[in-house]
Amino acid sequence: MFKKTYDWIDERLNITPIWRDVADHDVPAHVNPANKMSAFVYCFGGLTFLIIVTQILSGMFLAMYYVPDIVNAYRSVQYITDEVLLGNIVRGMHFWGASLVIIMMFLHMLRVFFTGAYKAPRELNWVVGVLIFFVVMAFGFTGYLLPWDQKAYWATAVGAQIAETVPFVGPYIKTLLIGGDILGALTLTRFFAIHVFFLPAALLGLLGLHFIMIRKSGIAGPL
Amino acid sequence: MSDQKNQGKEGLSRRQFLTYALGGTGAFMAATIAAPLIPFTLDPLTRTGAGTFVDSGLKESDIKSDLPTLIEFKVHRKDGWVEENAKYTAWMIKDEQGKILAMSPVCTHLGCQVAGELDSSGNPIPAKDGKWWFHCPCHGGRYTIHGVQDPTKPPTRPLDLFDVKVEGGKVMVSSKLNQRKA
Repeated sequence: MFKKTYDWIDERLNITPIWRDVADHDVPAHVNPANKMSAFVYCFGGLTFLIIVTQILSGMFLAMYYVPDIVNAYRSVQYITDEVLLGNIVRGMHFWGASLVIIMMFLHMLRVFFTGAYKAPRELNWVVGVLIFFVVMAFGFTGYLLPWDQKAYWATAVGAQIAETVPFVGPYIKTLLIGGDILGALTLTRFFAIHVFFLPAALLGLLGLHFIMIRKSGIAGPL
Repeated sequence: MSDQKNQGKEGLSRRQFLTYALGGTGAFMAATIAAPLIPFTLDPLTRTGAGTFVDSGLKESDIKSDLPTLIEFKVHRKDGWVEENAKYTAWMIKDEQGKILAMSPVCTHLGCQVAGELDSSGNPIPAKDGKWWFHCPCHGGRYTIHGVQDPTKPPTRPLDLFDVKVEGGKVMVSSKLNQRKA
């Protein structure tokens, strides 16, 4: 059944070469944990991506019940946690996953650093990786405000004040960041929009570049 | 591949086994992620309205059998994290058997509000349009005092009924709607 459907589409659109190009590539012996267990350090990049995928999925589902409004945000989060079927689990996935992405990304970065994989001809990929790092940090910062509880509010207050300490332009950065003079309704909508629309777009674009580049230049050789 | 198939007694080639093992692992991982997400989306199915009864403000003897009376009733409603006393309106009448009907004023065609025949001070008066007493402003749907539709007009079934019960002479209504057969 599946095979027939696939063949029917393949006859017309010749899709086999497309996915073969993506899927078929050599995995060098030195990155294969089946040969040497310590090669598991080469999995951190893939694990980061896997967790990013679950973050996107759980975030999409959370958005079904969440509302970015100062009166209702906390109540909707409470509703998700206490009343929605498995809401606690889905919110937990997003909550713990957020920390895991940063941990995995860090481990991946350390692996690349200590194996010297950032060296020529892969410097550009390191640069894109650092941009991904900043985008992920921004995800963490904006996402932290969304439950609109005390922790969220004061963490963002501190973050905004740190931004304000930038010489000369600091106060302007702060105003733009929180969308006005006070940390309130406009801050929440702003952070929500950044968290669910702007950053995912940036992240997917950068990840695409990251993957295309590593495929072009190939995985760095053994130590 | 077909050569290999003929060699093994079990008829499962190494390549096929690995494909199944990898596919199975992938499917298991995908299922782990999907398992909480799908019930999470299906949550609304677990909270379809219970329909508690509230006092309509009318006694059983207040309800006439010749003309409908308009009532308003409030039902405590939980809409996600918003709880409110939602206002409902119903047209009350007794049918030929003396059964109380609490008719919803929502046209069964496409959901406009039907209007009853009222005088300038808002009291029900007998129908001016033959037996048709309720008129829908949208597509000309019309109903008798018992909410039975005119089959030559768009609505295909009578006005829906709220649950009604009588307790100690008081008429109680709930926000739960029931469809009547055409």
